[in-house]
Amino acid sequence: MLELLTSFFLIVGGLFALIGSIGMARFPELFMRLHGPTKATTLGVGGILIASMLHFSSREAGLSLHELLIAMFLMITAPVSAHLIARSMIHLRGGIDQIRKKSGEQAEQKET
Amino acid sequence: MKRLFPQPLFSLCLWLIWLLLNNSAAPGQALLGILLAVTIPLFTVRFWPNRPRLRRPWRLASYLAVLLWDITIANLVVARLILGPMHRLRPGFITLPLDLCNDSAIVVLTNTISLTPGTVSADLSIDRRSLLLHVLDVDDEAQLIAHIKYRYERPLQEIFEC
Repeated sequence: MLELLTSFFLIVGGLFALIGSIGMARFPELFMRLHGPTKATTLGVGGILIASMLHFSSREAGLSLHELLIAMFLMITAPVSAHLIARSMIHLRGGIDQIRKKSGEQAEQKET
Repeated sequence: MKRLFPQPLFSLCLWLIWLLLNNSAAPGQALLGILLAVTIPLFTVRFWPNRPRLRRPWRLASYLAVLLWDITIANLVVARLILGPMHRLRPGFITLPLDLCNDSAIVVLTNTISLTPGTVSADLSIDRRSLLLHVLDVDDEAQLIAHIKYRYERPLQEIFEC
């Protein structure tokens, strides 16, 4: 029973990690690519960590909770790195006003 | 007491992290953890020029519960967007006006925004009054801003002194 639960969480985790990576590959633009790793991956890793907690808590004596730390550090660091990448990209493209102007022009071109 | 624990909550967190790192609650580790929880804040207290003051720390627990639930939903939403047709997405930048006065509160809000559905925080204005977000699929800008303000910013205002 427990093994079934463990494998379920492993599969769910792996699936979300895969979807996050597919997002990285499929999205056409850098800012959109940031959405994959900040979200889908957190649940991917989360699922695998839950599986690990279940597995090692049943195997060895006592609870195994240090996976919580991995989840915590991931939740703190993933948004920070995404924020930094977005920020540096905005500066490289000459500020947010430039980016807005360009995407506006592209939208107009699409319509005509 | 105040001199021994200048930041009681920080000490508590350090102690818990120590126990988690060792993955045991044996008395020896607990004692060593207390020693670290007392000494580390003594050395780092000067790194915090304006220390965050939590007015209602216990509210953080309910905030975290809401956040974990929203992260799960966010994953499903983004997974659907990733696997769906790309050309139908309407990505864009929106500006979120901030009503938080505390730096730590702003950090928590930016992290929250990046972890929740379809939004990534991209830039904080120099005067710390507005936050630039990138949204994967903009439907209704005003509604999204109202949602973030109601669901995340208001509880943070209550937790941190603002």
